[in-house]
Amino acid sequence: MSASKNVKVNVEYLTRVEGHGNIVVNVKDGKMEECRLDIVEAPRFFEGMLRGRSIFEAQHITSRICGICACGHSLASILAAEDALGFTPSPQTIKLRKLLLHQEMLDSHILHIYLLVAPDLLGVKSFVPLIDTHNTVVRRALRMKKNCNDVCDILVGRHIHPISSIVGGFTKLPQPKDLDAMLEILKGLQPDMEATIELLGALKFPEFSRPTEYVALINNTDEYPLMEGELGSTDGLKLNKKDYRKVTNEFIVDHSSAKHAKASRESYMVGALARLNLNYNKLHPKAKKAAEFLKIKPGCTNPFMNTVAQAVECVHCLEDSIAILEDFKENGVKQEEAIIVGLNEKGTIPVKAGNGVGAVEVPRGILFHNYEIDNTGKIINANCIIPTSQNCNNIERDMQKLVPEILNKTEEEITLMMEMLVRAYDPCISCSAHFLNVKYVNR
Amino acid sequence: MTKPRVAFFDFACCEGCQLQVANFGETLLDILNLVEVVTFREVMSERTEDYDVAIIEGSITTEHDVERIKHIRSRAKVLVAYGSCATIGGINGMKNKFPLDEIGKYVYQDKAKNFPTLPTRAVHQVVKVDYFVNGCPVYQPEFVKVLKCILAGIPYAVPDYAVCVECKLNENICMYDKGITCLGPVTKAGCNSWCINNGNICYGCRGMVTNPAKNGQMDILKKFNIALEWIINKLDMYNKPRELDERK
Repeated sequence: MSASKNVKVNVEYLTRVEGHGNIVVNVKDGKMEECRLDIVEAPRFFEGMLRGRSIFEAQHITSRICGICACGHSLASILAAEDALGFTPSPQTIKLRKLLLHQEMLDSHILHIYLLVAPDLLGVKSFVPLIDTHNTVVRRALRMKKNCNDVCDILVGRHIHPISSIVGGFTKLPQPKDLDAMLEILKGLQPDMEATIELLGALKFPEFSRPTEYVALINNTDEYPLMEGELGSTDGLKLNKKDYRKVTNEFIVDHSSAKHAKASRESYMVGALARLNLNYNKLHPKAKKAAEFLKIKPGCTNPFMNTVAQAVECVHCLEDSIAILEDFKENGVKQEEAIIVGLNEKGTIPVKAGNGVGAVEVPRGILFHNYEIDNTGKIINANCIIPTSQNCNNIERDMQKLVPEILNKTEEEITLMMEMLVRAYDPCISCSAHFLNVKYVNR
Repeated sequence: MTKPRVAFFDFACCEGCQLQVANFGETLLDILNLVEVVTFREVMSERTEDYDVAIIEGSITTEHDVERIKHIRSRAKVLVAYGSCATIGGINGMKNKFPLDEIGKYVYQDKAKNFPTLPTRAVHQVVKVDYFVNGCPVYQPEFVKVLKCILAGIPYAVPDYAVCVECKLNENICMYDKGITCLGPVTKAGCNSWCINNGNICYGCRGMVTNPAKNGQMDILKKFNIALEWIINKLDMYNKPRELDERK
């Protein structure tokens, strides 16, 4: 039956912060003629707008690339700026930044697991019907999300577009009562996290496998690297972050105006699954326990399991946040390290010409910011490469392998599988929702 | 009373203001008791053309945006400009500093023609706006206030005095006294001086007060020896599209 099957899927007008996109699947007489995912960057012209602005403003501006990954963009921007200026942040600053990044990871992963993936696995269109059928689950999701936000409020003023985290350090540092408050919130989150892992254990993820190259930060220490180290891959790649273009190798494909990326082979994947595959041993013991319970191991080649890898990372980020805070409680926060905003006005950090790269593992994968500045600290050139662009090529190749394997299913089931596949990559919460507007043509 | 049907729409923006809604936590469920959210792309796949209140996030930057916002205006009883991008053009407005074909080529090289773009405009520069929720991102307590006004059918007036008023009440040390320039004196209040409370300056994300104390500000600049163009440059980070208002 599938030999004579015609399938035409056309998902159009997928928009999101980084772009508009389409899913196109065209199977004629059981033969796949077209199967692609186009993501085109939406014209907001950030890299162009940054030119002429002070390097000390870059963080504020680029945080606005994405409201969901605001802390990640902000941190990648700060690291790139400090690299360009030749500034080394203090160990305390680095630790606080890690704490911030953990909150972003938690917040974003929770949103993805509960609001995007769970509705599919529970057979509904969004979390709204779940308010009636799974009220405790919805409440838990919103509560967990709020917890991460509350910690960010204390730490940096707010989660969306953090205020006090800037080039050089923090304009406001947590007081002892703030440490207590954050610890209380995060410890309160632990039972909800356990319930989340249990919930995921009860859900069934589609079976599929396509070996690919996994790219993430790697390091020589025991720490699960999210903001440090070198660029590494499961194909043995090892490069300094300055050489990020050798990893991303952006190229233009005929059928799409979106740039694609490839490293050692035809495509690569970034994100939670890539990180887990490369750095599993460095996860917090509790996270490893969750991984065992959820039956995910390094070497996993099923992209649908990215969501499960995110859950494992949630446990890691939560436990490591608590450890960081307990360490601060014991050793104190050096308040004298608080910096005054407007560093360039004060000349606190000497300005010189330079070229800097920031590489940060944000929820969806490795994010690069690169700035070139002149000797007055003005940005001459800027380049940002987001995880979703890097994954685009890999998603497309997964789609091409998956479609022939599921041709015996109905068109509705095929569409849902394609949506779920793209969603598993968490390409960005808002764009994923657009995949639900699937149109079948010629049927 | 039937619940008003609320739809969220995003144009050029980071979608962080929509996310502020999801960040209400369990309070969101209380809000959902009062309104029926019928379209909210960020967290819902359901969608409809039948709505009473349209909440617009993002600025208008393409011909397609212009058609789309006009269409939404024609269907909505109430239209809300939500966040800096929608209310004042915001960060997207920095683009207006450059010739459009130049900036297009810089970012997309020979593919620039695939990304036609217009000068960034705030929503009210294209269609009539009934409510403004300023800020980058929006300040949740203010959004709740605006929601209450919408439900009660009464107007909401954005505070038209400087951020300094709230900043003083919060007992912050003035940034100028620390030797730092800050846009608080010319920016609309309503955010409870969010950024200054956290040790940063005001970047003017809520838009300029309609009648800024120009002479007073000039005195401050003189006193602290700050060049006017320096302040204008800072102001252009969020407020560049204001020029399109002035031209009218």
